[in-house]
Amino acid sequence: MTLKEMKPGQSGRVRAIGAGGPLKRRIMDMGITPGVEVKVIKTAPLGDPIEIHVRGYELSLRREEALQIEMGD
Amino acid sequence: MSYMIALAGNPNCGKTSLFNELTGSRQRVGNWPGVTVDKKEGTYKKDKEIEILDLPGTYSLSPYSAEEIIARNYLVKEKPDAVINIVDGTSLERNLYLTLQILETGIPTVIALNMMDEVEDRGDEIHIEKLSRAFGVPVIPIVARNGRGIWELMEKAAETAREKRAPMKLPVFDKKLQETIDQVKALLEAEGEPDSGWKAVKLLEHDENVREQMKEDLKNQAGKLTAKRYGQEADLEAEIADQRYQYITKAVKDAVTKHSAGCVETKSDKLDKLFTNRILALPVFAVIMYLLFACTNSENFLFLGIPSPGIWLAGVVESLWGGLTGLAERALAGASPWIYSLVIDGIMGGLGSVLGFIPLVLVLYILISFLEDCGYMARIAFVLDRIFRRFGLSGRSFIPLLQGFGCSVPAVMATRTLESEKDRKITAILAGFMPCGAKLPIFALFASTLFADNNQTLVTYSLYVLSIVMAVLVSLLLNKFVFREGTSNFIMELPQYRIPTLKSVLIHGWEKVKGFAVKAGTVIFVSTVLIWFLSGFNLNSFNGKNAAENEDGSIMCGMNDSFMASVGNVIAPVFRPLGFGEWRPAVGVITGWIAKENVVVTFAQLYQEDVTEAYLEEYFSQYSPKELEELGFEGGVYNAEAAGDIYSENILFEGSDENALPHMRDDIQTKAAAYAYMVFNLLCMPCFAAVGAMKRELKTWKETGRAVAVQMAAAYTAALLVNMVGGLFL
Ligand SMILES: Nc1nc2c(ncn2[C@@H]2O[C@H](COP(=O)(O)OP(=O)(O)O)[C@@H](O)[C@H]2O)c(=O)[nH]1
Ligand SMILES: [Mg+2]
Repeated sequence: MTLKEMKPGQSGRVRAIGAGGPLKRRIMDMGITPGVEVKVIKTAPLGDPIEIHVRGYELSLRREEALQIEMGD
Repeated sequence: MSYMIALAGNPNCGKTSLFNELTGSRQRVGNWPGVTVDKKEGTYKKDKEIEILDLPGTYSLSPYSAEEIIARNYLVKEKPDAVINIVDGTSLERNLYLTLQILETGIPTVIALNMMDEVEDRGDEIHIEKLSRAFGVPVIPIVARNGRGIWELMEKAAETAREKRAPMKLPVFDKKLQETIDQVKALLEAEGEPDSGWKAVKLLEHDENVREQMKEDLKNQAGKLTAKRYGQEADLEAEIADQRYQYITKAVKDAVTKHSAGCVETKSDKLDKLFTNRILALPVFAVIMYLLFACTNSENFLFLGIPSPGIWLAGVVESLWGGLTGLAERALAGASPWIYSLVIDGIMGGLGSVLGFIPLVLVLYILISFLEDCGYMARIAFVLDRIFRRFGLSGRSFIPLLQGFGCSVPAVMATRTLESEKDRKITAILAGFMPCGAKLPIFALFASTLFADNNQTLVTYSLYVLSIVMAVLVSLLLNKFVFREGTSNFIMELPQYRIPTLKSVLIHGWEKVKGFAVKAGTVIFVSTVLIWFLSGFNLNSFNGKNAAENEDGSIMCGMNDSFMASVGNVIAPVFRPLGFGEWRPAVGVITGWIAKENVVVTFAQLYQEDVTEAYLEEYFSQYSPKELEELGFEGGVYNAEAAGDIYSENILFEGSDENALPHMRDDIQTKAAAYAYMVFNLLCMPCFAAVGAMKRELKTWKETGRAVAVQMAAAYTAALLVNMVGGLFL
């Protein structure tokens, strides 16, 4: 499962980041690293991007970016 | 001995607030991630030996946006004597990630633990001692907003700078990784690379900037070293980020006692439910934008029958300026005609037309600042991203474009906060299309003289809409044909909603207007004098011919024979297909590049010669005494002295008289041509100040030239279409 498939209110742990290059680096710099717990807060009114809660703050990212974040224990 | 202390931290951690408290300086603060667009310096209030520098916020020392690069380059190249690393106590983990990287640079560092008031409100407890031990540097809790703890902080920072207390090495990485780093470091050291420790880590992180500046051979050797330990496919980048976060997670777990485990719903969350509500978000956004513009330039504020704050303020400024002009007129009563003409028509008239809309820009920016500071702007970007992505941009492009409604200079500068290079370049081009404050007088002049039959508001609004439509079209085209490769992302922090302090909103708004006001005071001042000179003189002014011919011996000449006419005549043919191929409108376009407000100034000056005493007398003879009194003639009796002023005040710029400026009608004959002229001025190259800002953001003149070419092409095409298609209907 990836973060993209998670529904608002769901939470889970990050297993791996699929992307490479600057995108991966950016995702990890913002605190989304393997093992961290994230919770999906909501989807933007037009369906994209989504808002998640991670490491005590709110972060938004697009679905296509969320697709790169693999979830599961 | 003086010291330089830099403030570094994530966006929104309170750097600017702290900077203001420490220096007493007027520095803008904001809640838009990355609002500090440039580094700014100040002197410490209590010790003039200490210089303080406010850096743009950054999440990591692997920079993405242009402004993050500013911060990083400063830290690693210019090396301050000490860094105060500001850490937002309410989201410690993410903030401390940057801390670890700052510590790796070896610069003496002190941690300022900010937002302690919010931490306490939540009932959380942070054990300062434990945190300090985990990171090996002093940690001082502060509240930047009200100054709590900042003197202790500065004492510690000054001490650290004086004693050059480099941070100690922390056991962040595991044995294998640390050994690899040490080996690469030894390699770099042997080659005489400076900052070998920091660069070794960056090299393993695949940092583009660092790699670019390193010798091929060194890179290969380092590559081999890692491959030997981790295999060919090694992803050390992820490994390093991961291990840093692991270290932080552990340290924070030790040092923080949370009041409640789960997420409690804060006020901020409740507000967010409204502003990003599935159904209400867009209507709420529309209402807020409507209010924004209603406050700025509406004659009938919220249908209350009173002018909006912006218009009201503009009226006050104008009448003050009118009084001042009157004084100057009296003082110069006996002076020679050309001095009188220079001061009254050139300088006072020129500056006056600019002063008229500075209040509009100021009110707009104060309101934008409020929206930024309170955190709503980030939500707008969140809500609009989907729409902007359709056009190949990101929701974050909204803010520079909105600022473009005030002035293109801060708008172009604000593109720095965009992460993707493609977004940055396109947005910088589009910002020039927006109807900035300086373009509004152009619309007002044309709408009132050439579109006098009551659809003026419609004319102005249609231009607003057109600017947006063009922005969308041009963005689509650029995405399709020019920037096919680039990608953009939308990984953005959504900061907590906070009620901004009045002081910070005013400072913030003023900071943006300041550049604009300074520009008005210098560029426009010089250019009005220049226009005045070019349009009143020619070669014969200086060989005595004019003096011999003129009855009063003046060396000035008629506008039609002036230098300006010659220049205008040369380029006018270019504009013939657009419907305004005469020299005066052409001159208007050129002076508009010096500053857009000049278009109106130029028109007023160029068509001034229509307004002779005889013309005025005939013109006003159509009015009854009662109407004359209403227009401002004392006692309802026509008098030649006041006529000129009353004419330009009431008829030229605000009145609705088709007969005003007869020559303007000759030059721009059809409504289609008049509209095309507005369209061209709206979309073509912005003023030179904005082009300068574009050069700063786009780096090279070549890129800037290309951007301007796009703007020119868009303007020409749109104006041509308007003139051709509009000619069929209007
Ligand atoms: N409650 C609270 N708010 C703060 C504090 N320091 C700054 N802020 C607010 O946090 C927001 C961001 O501050 P700013 O100084 O612009 O941060 P910068 O982006 O790091 O320069 C502003 O709305 C400030 O008013 C603080 O100590 N406590
Ligand atoms: Mg700031």
